[in-house]
Amino acid sequence: MKILTGNDLKTGAVVWWDGTNWSLHVEDAIDVGDQAEEILGREEAARRVNASYAIEAMRADDGSVRPAHIKDRVRALGPTVRPDLTLKPADPEAGNWVI
Amino acid sequence: MISSDQTDWTGLDEVQFRFRDDTMVDHPAVTVDSFVDQSNAAAVRLEPGDNARDLLPHLDRLALVEVNFPAFTDGRGYSAARILREAGYTGELRAVGDVLIDQLAYMRRCGFDSFAADRPLDEADAKAAFARWPYVYQPAADTQSASSEEPSHGGVPIWTLRHGRS
Amino acid sequence: MYKYDQYDQAMVDARVEEFRDQTRRRLEGKLTEDQFKPLRLMNGLYLQLHAYMLRVAVPYGTLDSRQMHALADIADKYDRGYGHFTTRQNIQYNWIKLEDAPDILADLAKVEMHAIQTSGNCIRNISSDQFAGAAADEVTDPRPYAELLRQWSSFHPEFVALPRKFKIAVIASETDRAAMKLHDIGIRIVRNDVGELGAQFYVGGGMGRTPMIAPLIRDFVPLDQLITYSEACLRVYNRYGRRDNKFKARIKILVHEMGADEYRRQVDEEFAHLLGQGIEPPFAELERIRTYFEDPAFKDRLSDTVDRSDPDFALWVDRNCHAHKQAGYVSATISLKPVGGIPGDASAAQMHLMAELAREYSFDECRVTHAQNIVLPHVEKARLYALWQVLEENGLGTANLDQVGDIIACPGLDYCSLANARSIPLAQKISQRFAANGKGDTLGELKLKISGCINACGHHHAGHIGILGVDRKGRENYQLLLGGSEAEDTSLGKITGPGFDEDGVVDAVEKAADIYLARREDGERFLDTYRRIGMEPFKEALYGQA
Repeated sequence: MKILTGNDLKTGAVVWWDGTNWSLHVEDAIDVGDQAEEILGREEAARRVNASYAIEAMRADDGSVRPAHIKDRVRALGPTVRPDLTLKPADPEAGNWVI
Repeated sequence: MISSDQTDWTGLDEVQFRFRDDTMVDHPAVTVDSFVDQSNAAAVRLEPGDNARDLLPHLDRLALVEVNFPAFTDGRGYSAARILREAGYTGELRAVGDVLIDQLAYMRRCGFDSFAADRPLDEADAKAAFARWPYVYQPAADTQSASSEEPSHGGVPIWTLRHGRS
Repeated sequence: MYKYDQYDQAMVDARVEEFRDQTRRRLEGKLTEDQFKPLRLMNGLYLQLHAYMLRVAVPYGTLDSRQMHALADIADKYDRGYGHFTTRQNIQYNWIKLEDAPDILADLAKVEMHAIQTSGNCIRNISSDQFAGAAADEVTDPRPYAELLRQWSSFHPEFVALPRKFKIAVIASETDRAAMKLHDIGIRIVRNDVGELGAQFYVGGGMGRTPMIAPLIRDFVPLDQLITYSEACLRVYNRYGRRDNKFKARIKILVHEMGADEYRRQVDEEFAHLLGQGIEPPFAELERIRTYFEDPAFKDRLSDTVDRSDPDFALWVDRNCHAHKQAGYVSATISLKPVGGIPGDASAAQMHLMAELAREYSFDECRVTHAQNIVLPHVEKARLYALWQVLEENGLGTANLDQVGDIIACPGLDYCSLANARSIPLAQKISQRFAANGKGDTLGELKLKISGCINACGHHHAGHIGILGVDRKGRENYQLLLGGSEAEDTSLGKITGPGFDEDGVVDAVEKAADIYLARREDGERFLDTYRRIGMEPFKEALYGQA
């Protein structure tokens, strides 16, 4: 699937296009098909996202979304060396999903 | 205005800010190569790859030097401007091309006294930009007789102000 | 250390307002990201993997307790309670919001700090020897010259859009503790035959994709021509540095492609011209700056002995304390490399503590080293034990300076959008391995440096052992290098052969260490043994017989 990601202009937070808005959670990302350029152009111009781009991802059986590149998986979770600062601080195995 | 179907983007020929009160040159600037061959041209345009020192033998017939910034990130024009001023050029030195608000103060310090950006600049933002710096650390082409009324204290470096000149 | 006068303060305050205005215009849409990016970079603000990252300048690595407290406050108020000390003596915060950045710069300006030109294609933070003003072997304190260069380079209008970044280091001893020849310009202050001070200029060093050791371009620039000569070097670069290819835009490529002789000739021409322009500061300015770097009120006739009855303390003294020019004093290194820790990171609480220790033990001064540790430059030997106890209690007492556990590591793929591989978990595993196997204590000096990508912010080319993270078909992979040195015997590491996965490279480092332990002679360090026996024995151990 093709999903969109970027950063919030004001806060820098990593965000994912959920069809209507930019979510902090990669699980909310939807497949944009061939709409990527159009959506990104519109959202960047409105400053609702910054430094945005399209990436490949896979949806697993459990519904979770796994970006194809490790860099985007790090972005999706947080630094693997500081689990307390990630989006899943209570899950000690969360870093394994990144690798 | 430039029509959108032109493939050569030559930019606005409108000088938006000018810090001189003499008459502007009324003919277009020519390339360095052309200028050297033409004895009646008084205006030349320097591209980033040109050597400003090629103009040094001809300064007396120059009234206008345009320095092109095709991309604002290409800083060769700053050196070209200072080199001309260091050589004693007192004619108009105009920054053209991808000239943005945030480069204006630096350009002014390098000796530019007129600005014709590709895209018109917000007048209020530009005014604020020119007046941004109360002082300067190092000498450049704007260093002149000290006056606290001139922008940036007349371009006199802080280290000079510290040791006697005020 | 240097203190701002009203002019310095007016300039940082103006810069804060400039950036506040630029941020406003970006948020209002008057500036595109392409137009804003160089502006925010020139205020140290990157967009990284998780948020904006702010790199705050610590000029030549020197700060006082008030400033260190302020850095801790910023970590708590605007970030997530910690900061990262870098290989250029700066500090980075990883979780910054753009909308807060102008206020952070304003807070910094209140304590005479800033993030001016810590990124972007301009002259960056000027680095120096972490033992400046304390080391017995320096001809003079290099920092006044670094301060003069800092002011000269700040907001320099001609060099605001260089082909690429520009890094300068200044030292004043034969021993190079600042990796001077791996900088765009490395300056060594020396004395000539008649005792006058002047500057050696090494130009065209660097790491990254094409590491190079800077050639000597000028062997003696008189101090009253320092700025003029520097300006000549920069102007030639600004005019002729490559702008067609980002990976060939550093001055090292220009010097290499035109040749050092031709570069020297062009600089000499420009230098002669600029001497006629009178751009040098009055000598009184250097003398004024120097007054801020006079010796603190050292006590005389202090005891030069240390009570070594506590073996852990004795080890820390041996490893982490550097000889001082004044009898009875040392320069003490606070390690930010606890076993299994994140190299160079410090919590806000640790920063507050280090601030207090600087104030209490070291004349209110501390230093950031390019090896990502903190130095208290002037500590009485008689007070070392008390200091060490506090450090130990707070996880800051690891006795590993320049040992295998004192790893330099860039933030890597955990934080940095440029990275190909993670470097921090690798550093953690290596330090844990060598603590567990006990070999860490027998290896002696072994400078291990890890970069998560070819940009080499971890200085891996200059490691006795260097590790480079790469992307191998979408998976993290690590190349091993041996034999680099950042000191005055500067050398660039050589790749051993095919890369390894993360566990594989930890094993590889241990195998390389074992070869050294088996083959070393007569007090050789790892680097010396490698230089004597060459790559082959290591290759055999790593990859088996050919």
